[in-house]
Amino acid sequence: MASTVHCSIVSAELEIFSGMVEMVVASGTIGELGLFPGHTPLLSGVKPGPVRLRLEGGEEEIFFASGGYIEVQPTSITILADTAIRADDIDEAAAVEAQQKAERELADNRADIDFGRVSSDLAEQAAMLRTIRKFREQR
Amino acid sequence: MANAKELRKQIGSIKNTQKITSAMEMVAASKMRKAQERMSRGRPYSDHIRAVIGHVANASPEYRHQFMVEREIKRVGYIVVTTDKGLCGGLNVNLLKAAIKDIKVWVDQGVEVDLCLIGNKGAQFFRSYGGNVIAASSHVSENPAMADLIGSIKVMLNAFEDGKVDKIILANNVFKNTMTQVPTLRQLVPLDPIKEEGVSAHRWDYIYEPDARQLIEGLITRFIESQVYQAVVENVACEQAAKMIAMKSATDNAGDLVDELQLIMNNARQAAITQELSEIVSGAAAV
Repeated sequence: MASTVHCSIVSAELEIFSGMVEMVVASGTIGELGLFPGHTPLLSGVKPGPVRLRLEGGEEEIFFASGGYIEVQPTSITILADTAIRADDIDEAAAVEAQQKAERELADNRADIDFGRVSSDLAEQAAMLRTIRKFREQR
Repeated sequence: MANAKELRKQIGSIKNTQKITSAMEMVAASKMRKAQERMSRGRPYSDHIRAVIGHVANASPEYRHQFMVEREIKRVGYIVVTTDKGLCGGLNVNLLKAAIKDIKVWVDQGVEVDLCLIGNKGAQFFRSYGGNVIAASSHVSENPAMADLIGSIKVMLNAFEDGKVDKIILANNVFKNTMTQVPTLRQLVPLDPIKEEGVSAHRWDYIYEPDARQLIEGLITRFIESQVYQAVVENVACEQAAKMIAMKSATDNAGDLVDELQLIMNNARQAAITQELSEIVSGAAAV
């Protein structure tokens, strides 16, 4: 069995990553997914959260995906993200601010806010911060 | 020998046209850069999702979406993406020719054809050519929003869901490079399985998390949206590239024409001067 698998992460705006990896860890709709080469075909939703890749040679890279789909074939893994960012490109201050704004809006509890949108915003920002933290830990 | 004054006037008017075409060329060039960038940003997503959908169509899933079921074909829907404006060389003509050739094959088999047209040029063409147009949208901006397109696409998809149309084909120009744009027809639904190495040929299915139906429906919606969006964005890039080339050759041709006329005019002027001189000389000799 090959020890690497081709992985690509694409978002609607651009291709973020494409290359051979040893392992992919992503947050699927019903839990963390750890994917190794030769995995059985799998189709899953992706929750906002970090996507961790172990590249050939053991080096790790972390990305943030804000939801989308993941398709796994024995020889390839494709993540179709709505938006995806490299972890070191995330603007932490902006993420914190957006999170606080979403929290405030929720706390305000006014009738005119779109509850669904705000809470999904909040989840996304929280996931982004989680990604940053994980990225820090790793370094 | 033509009149020098007349020729001068003609040259002037050609030069004016040349100025216009060269300005249009420059506008198209700068728009093309932007459109091309937009197109290349969206391309990986649409390519990958097409690959994924190809795999899904290849699998033998527990849940078969109606977009995955091949039916007996009685009516085919075409989504034809053309430009709104002309002056872009053979771009639209080539695409429409390809589309008509394909349509004719179906018509010869007794299959009826429905059309969904994006862009003015296609609408104009099919108005005179004839064809059952069920949806049309035009004046799609250079930076189209999904919302502008989804309306007319929805008509086609609904027709498919209701069983009125049994196959939907997307026709658009694919941007190869600035010089070449390739008219392409692709089957949108039912999903077209791709045969590919590394994907096993025997019966297999995915593990779905959480639920096959929900996932496949979501994925298919996204697939169709991204394909149509990409087709339109790509068409914009093609339009600008073709326009740039067309205007460039117009400018060049105008230049050639001016050179030619200039030569004729100079000849005429020289002839007039020579004649005048010889008149003066022979007049002087007579005295």
